[in-house]
Amino acid sequence: MRGVRHYPGFGAAAAACLVLLYAPLIVVTAYSFNASTSITAWGGFSWRWYVDVFTGPEAGRFGLAARNSLIIASVAATLATLIATAAAVAMIRGGAFRGRTVTYALINLPLLVPEMVIAVASLIFFTLIGLPPGLLTILIAHVTFCIPFAYLPIAARLSGIEPGFEAAARDLYASRWQAFRLVLLPLLGPGIVSGFLLAFIISLDDFIITNFVKGAGMETLPTAIYGSVKQGIKPNIMAISTLMLLTSIAFVTLSYAVNRIGQKTR
Amino acid sequence: MTLDIADRAFFTLLGPSGCGKTTLLRLIAGFEDLTAGEIALFGQPIAGLPPDRRPVNTVFQNYALFPHMTVAQNVEFGLRMKGVPEPQRRARAVRMLEMVHLADLAGRLPAELSGGQQQRVALARALAPGPRVLLLDEPLSALDLKLRQAMRVELKAIQEETGITFVFVTHDQEEALSMSDSIAVMSAGRIQQVGTPREIYEAPVNRFVADFIGETNLVPAEVERVECGTARVVLPGGTALACPAAPGVGPGAHHVSIRPERVTLSPAGELAATVERVVYLGSDLQLMTRLADGAPFAVRLQNAARVAVPAPGAAVRLHLEEGAVRLLAD
Repeated sequence: MRGVRHYPGFGAAAAACLVLLYAPLIVVTAYSFNASTSITAWGGFSWRWYVDVFTGPEAGRFGLAARNSLIIASVAATLATLIATAAAVAMIRGGAFRGRTVTYALINLPLLVPEMVIAVASLIFFTLIGLPPGLLTILIAHVTFCIPFAYLPIAARLSGIEPGFEAAARDLYASRWQAFRLVLLPLLGPGIVSGFLLAFIISLDDFIITNFVKGAGMETLPTAIYGSVKQGIKPNIMAISTLMLLTSIAFVTLSYAVNRIGQKTR
Repeated sequence: MTLDIADRAFFTLLGPSGCGKTTLLRLIAGFEDLTAGEIALFGQPIAGLPPDRRPVNTVFQNYALFPHMTVAQNVEFGLRMKGVPEPQRRARAVRMLEMVHLADLAGRLPAELSGGQQQRVALARALAPGPRVLLLDEPLSALDLKLRQAMRVELKAIQEETGITFVFVTHDQEEALSMSDSIAVMSAGRIQQVGTPREIYEAPVNRFVADFIGETNLVPAEVERVECGTARVVLPGGTALACPAAPGVGPGAHHVSIRPERVTLSPAGELAATVERVVYLGSDLQLMTRLADGAPFAVRLQNAARVAVPAPGAAVRLHLEEGAVRLLAD
């Protein structure tokens, strides 16, 4: 078979895609180091906007929002990972049960339903049951849409583990729980860590759903950034964006690396 | 089916794949639920017990060694689950690993071992908790021939040394014959025959057993009468002879089994045949012949210096030795 690079126009198409995808990111990252207050004219290299993020007039607002974001992401990712692990064990080790296909669809529904629909539906739901918007509503919504992201790597890992290991543990006098904790869980570990990191990052940068269910006065980092941008883009936003980008890259890389290390002990 | 397995025996379940032998093993281990019937261990019914409450351990076909634990941790696992204190279980693991000649690899991970070594670890792990019965599910099938033959001898020696009842599942008749005290031949979910290797090979009860164990010629025979276990039969071509009969066979059209190695060439032989081909097998020679009625018939001769090998096309007479012919149930 001929290599893909021999197809006419492949190079140009690939280059166009890369530019469209990454040029904005590169521009934002580069201009976060701009010494000038302009967002279009280059005025030399400077850390001033990063200093501004932590000490400037908006530092308090962003600090609080970042703290909220981290709390929500940690709690939501933890809960979503627990639920996703239980779901994966039931789906992959539970054998055939009534409603298995429906359950699979339900777990992955948030990946298919437009985010705007979930946002509106969540808002209506919380209003209906009388739950005041705030940290709790954001958390519930985040857990919901984080589950499929945590589920995917855990389920992938679990389907790669032969059922023979649990049978062997049971044969060697381990109870169901011991077989799970001492044999399946350590083998599943990399998948769980990977799922947690993915869920964490998805929660951290969610905007649409959060914006609908957060209520007044409650800000996460993405909603705080959006609020700030509405009054005009200042270079400090680029600095924050760059920091968030770095966090995302770090988490995704970590998630990938954990899965790679896990492959060896499979 | 009803099956009694003697204490301290090397018992083999032998049958083609899909005959139900692994299912039977999984029933004993507790991985499958009985829908009807009863399983008892030393008189105690165990059918309702989960696998962790049965004094039975298994050597799995793919070994199922825990990949995240060292060899020693794997071997200790059963004792750890039974609550044996660490110093004792460590000492026991060392003894088990010495028995399978792997004491110096205790700190390795399973992935760092060869297939044969993994197989020994699986054996040590299953023996360490001191089960009343050890179940072995085709444990040698993943090994190469040389290793398999060496492990046969070793498995038998370990069984005798430990005095534990082994229930061994295999589709390999040579394995079954060479190790077992007793063999149950299974087919289509039923036990066809239970007996010592010699009984199974030399006195098969029906066509399936005779055909599955070793090589044989199944020749149609007309049974005239059966008296005290001896039948009077007429072979195609009109040869009449007396032979031992499997239980429950009456007069009528049946088959006899004639083992190829119990047939010799002799001018006074009972059967007339034509040689079609001679296959050289080293220690043996295989003659592919056809009987008077055209049915194929195999003869196995020892490759001794005195043997005169007939040429293809030659007409020969076959002498059936004492005990060569046995009347089978269908």
